Amino acid sequence: MASATQKKPMRGYHLLALLPAIGLVAGIPFANRAEPYVLGLPFLLFWIVAWVVATSAIMGTIWLLDRRRAAPERAP
Amino acid sequence: MSISLAILGAFFVVAVVLGILARRGHDMNLEQWTVGGRGFGSVFVFLLMAGEIYTTFTFLGGSGWAYGKGAPAFYILCYGAIAYSLSYFLLPVVWRYAQPRRLLSQADFFIAKYESPALGIVVALVGVAALVPYLVLQLKGLGIIVSESSYGSIAPATAVWAGTAALVVYVVISGVRGSAWTAALKDVMILAVVVAIGVYLPVHYYGGYGPMFRAIEQAKPGFLSLSESGMSPTWFMSTVVLTALGFYMWPQYFASVYTARNEDVFRKNAVLLPLYQLVILFVFFAGFAALLVVPGLKGADADLSLLRVSKHTFGEGTVGLIGAAGLLTALVPGSMILVSASAIVAQNIYRPMATSATDRTVALVARGLVPVVAVIAALMALHGGQAIVTLLLMGYNVVTQLFPALLLSLGTRPRVSAVAAIAGIVAGEATVGVVTIMGLSIATLLPSAPQFVKDLNVGIVALIVNLVVLSVVALVTPRAARVRTEVPAVASAS
Repeated sequence: MASATQKKPMRGYHLLALLPAIGLVAGIPFANRAEPYVLGLPFLLFWIVAWVVATSAIMGTIWLLDRRRAAPERAP
Repeated sequence: MSISLAILGAFFVVAVVLGILARRGHDMNLEQWTVGGRGFGSVFVFLLMAGEIYTTFTFLGGSGWAYGKGAPAFYILCYGAIAYSLSYFLLPVVWRYAQPRRLLSQADFFIAKYESPALGIVVALVGVAALVPYLVLQLKGLGIIVSESSYGSIAPATAVWAGTAALVVYVVISGVRGSAWTAALKDVMILAVVVAIGVYLPVHYYGGYGPMFRAIEQAKPGFLSLSESGMSPTWFMSTVVLTALGFYMWPQYFASVYTARNEDVFRKNAVLLPLYQLVILFVFFAGFAALLVVPGLKGADADLSLLRVSKHTFGEGTVGLIGAAGLLTALVPGSMILVSASAIVAQNIYRPMATSATDRTVALVARGLVPVVAVIAALMALHGGQAIVTLLLMGYNVVTQLFPALLLSLGTRPRVSAVAAIAGIVAGEATVGVVTIMGLSIATLLPSAPQFVKDLNVGIVALIVNLVVLSVVALVTPRAARVRTEVPAVASAS
């Protein structure tokens, strides 16, 4: 319980979490076309799918880094 | 006809029985009923939060927009990913504050943070105002799904009333536990069904995704990218921002934060949920496949595309299974919304008025409100003509107005006064109301503005009005001048 309520400070690598918003908002005008088709998908859709997958990877990386910092008292 | 009906009926019964059984072993006081005794682990919280991903909104609305509008539908994939990356930081902070204070509703959070019961009532009213259209949307979807997949042998109105009755029964009995149990069944069904048809239809009719998209681009040039004006990149980006900020402002998802056993649950979910929502992609595929196979569905009828193409392609048994999955996508979010709306009215509107009410009475009032809210929503579902995505975007504009006040409250104490928070929310909602009722867009408000400004989602205007009013009032009413008031709702819940 003590570890569950522990406050976590913000760290530099937390800024990685801004990347999905950049790709999925600011990137849209640049990715807005049907050609070329990638994996059968129109380019805009492929761009979005790639960023959604990247979001998971980015958040997973942040989570792992956070866990490493808090490792000693963490139970599964 | 009878096979699909039998399958639909069987799943309906299983969902209701599961919902009722979820109560077992738990004394249903208000805390158990609304937030599951704060004992849910990763799996249940995951299922509750994933509830947003596969509601009738995605099942019918997602395929409907892919079919009717094309590329603008892709926004549905974007906002979730951004909201989840935000949730990694936001939700643990909310949970950490709510847990020791035994908060039950979203409004409780604002009351405790700003020490203002008045703000609580405002937030509660906003919550209910947004939840009712959301419930209407689920019931409307349920009516469509059941009548289509039973080949018309059950009328939409009958389906809406049967669904409403089922929701009332298991929500009154099991509260949020019923939602979590049926959510497990729903997610298995919907994964199987959506992936199966999203893979099968494009391959069967076009020989693969590439050929399908090329055929669509040839038949409707420009359909797979955003247009220069109207639903342009500016519309897309502003809509994604608004809906991402509003995502966790929905009272039922905000309150589902309280169900978690510990805060790490949210971090794990922030990693997994973006991948999980990719299943929406298969919903798009079904809608796109329908485009050239069952053409001609116009306006709100585009919501029927997934079911129409399924009926065109598969036998009755398969259609029954697809309908059953759709039925569950209406029942699960529907039950969460009902729990949330009833709890909010009882806890944050009734309790402050009836100061002598005990927890027992409030719990009784909450359950008594379930049928009332459900019947109102059912009546609205039967008498409105809006398409599903339109209804949801309206609700998003309403809940997003809570975001500035929430963000400003996250430090050890709020950065603005409660009066400023209230003023901002009220001004934002008033703008949403005027804009929605009069059907305004930025193009009508600022006819001489450049095109990219005209295409902004009009909800952005409401958010700007909200922020301006909030800032001005905050300057006039310094937070140090807050009046300390008793907080009856939170105090008696602890």
